[in-house]
Amino acid sequence: MGKPHLLKHDHSDNVGVVVVEGLTAGTEMLCVVTADNSDFTVTAKADIPIGHKVALSDLKEGDTVLKYGEDIGRMVGAANVGEHVHVHNCKTKRW
Amino acid sequence: MTVNAWRRENGRVGVRNHVLILPVDDISNAACEAVANNVKGTMAIPHAYGRLQFGEDLDLHFRTIIGTGANPNVAAVVVIGIEPEWTQVIVDGIAKTGKPVTGFSIEQKGDFETIRAASWKAKEYVQWATELQKEACPVSDLWISTKCGESDTTTGLSSCPTVGNMYDKLLPEGIYGCFGETSEITGAEHICEKRAATPEAGAAFRKIFDAYQDEVIEAHKTSDLSDSQPTKGNILGGLTTIEEKALGNLEKIGRSSTYIDAMGPAVAPEKGPGLYFMDTSSAAAECVTLMAAAGYVIHTFPTGQGNVIGNPIVPVIKISGNPRTLRTMSEHIDVDVTGVLTREQTIDQAGDALIEMILRTANGRNTAAEALGHREFSLTKLYRSA
Repeated sequence: MGKPHLLKHDHSDNVGVVVVEGLTAGTEMLCVVTADNSDFTVTAKADIPIGHKVALSDLKEGDTVLKYGEDIGRMVGAANVGEHVHVHNCKTKRW
Repeated sequence: MTVNAWRRENGRVGVRNHVLILPVDDISNAACEAVANNVKGTMAIPHAYGRLQFGEDLDLHFRTIIGTGANPNVAAVVVIGIEPEWTQVIVDGIAKTGKPVTGFSIEQKGDFETIRAASWKAKEYVQWATELQKEACPVSDLWISTKCGESDTTTGLSSCPTVGNMYDKLLPEGIYGCFGETSEITGAEHICEKRAATPEAGAAFRKIFDAYQDEVIEAHKTSDLSDSQPTKGNILGGLTTIEEKALGNLEKIGRSSTYIDAMGPAVAPEKGPGLYFMDTSSAAAECVTLMAAAGYVIHTFPTGQGNVIGNPIVPVIKISGNPRTLRTMSEHIDVDVTGVLTREQTIDQAGDALIEMILRTANGRNTAAEALGHREFSLTKLYRSA
């Protein structure tokens, strides 16, 4: 297995984290689940910076975002598989 | 596992041998800095507070200043304050450890006379401290705290679980551990509460957490805190919400470790070896200052985007797994765990690398922050002075 482009913590997560610099749209990303080192591929739909999240399922407004197998907030916009999930389309449920 | 370190008068083990020139209050900083300039090998710790404080805020000030002087990384202390009574409070608190400590007050003498007298005592202390010999001490004598900073999504994947792995291995050896950052548990408080060793410890954490939410966040917020928690640096690094940040933060307590009590800021642990939660701000310098004042002698600091913090008396070991940070600011990083992201290093191996760096640091290796002169000392203020 080569070096992954994206890591996902838990199988139930619907987002993963880009772990390489300079990821460009159209890249077929090698994705690894850290819980058991299983892998899969997803095509990036945008240039996404290192550390930023990618939707791993089609997310619509109001959906709960899962990471570490836990609720990390809600979508306030849409993001389809391979698209960028960040402060423009995801918000805290707290405060 | 043993380390060569200094065993102090009260039996605690220190990994540094500082002679401090410690101000009671802000207006004594200049005299302290003059003494430290006169006597090489001493260190002044100037700070911003100590006048007209009252109540719980004054208690915290005294506890933090006394705890700093009492820390086992400190061999001896010269205390300088504007007036004699509060100066004596600090001297008496530090003297309980059995270490040499002398106080000087400025009123009715002036800076010149105070600096002259304090410099003679500082010179005596330095020459005494530099003859103290290290001895072999078991690793269980180390008190190791943690707090992360400039976090991003790589900290939750690599550097924070590295610290957690270290705790899972060293807490069973008998060390003391400490984590905190009350606001940065938000979104993971249900998990944190379950990681208590006893229902009492869990309830103590929940009481602190709820009080913080009600008395600080809800009382003072003007928005959903999206402009400060996560920070702008966190957001640049890919963190989106406080919940996401909190879940990564909590990776620092590992898989099997449980905490035995939840403490107030700068309060020393009271229930023997094990892991403790401390009620702290999530701001790096304030948090590390409070943990050092509670007696912790080494600090482990995961960073993603590259927080450059150090502490005057406690070596701060930086761990990062972000390859961009290692590429652009490697002078600040002590333990490189970028291999965790490329799957070339397991968390278990990263934890071992951190333990090796803890032992080397305890034996005397200067951390990046020490070599670069980072000595951030920030007192936590609960409310404005009278």
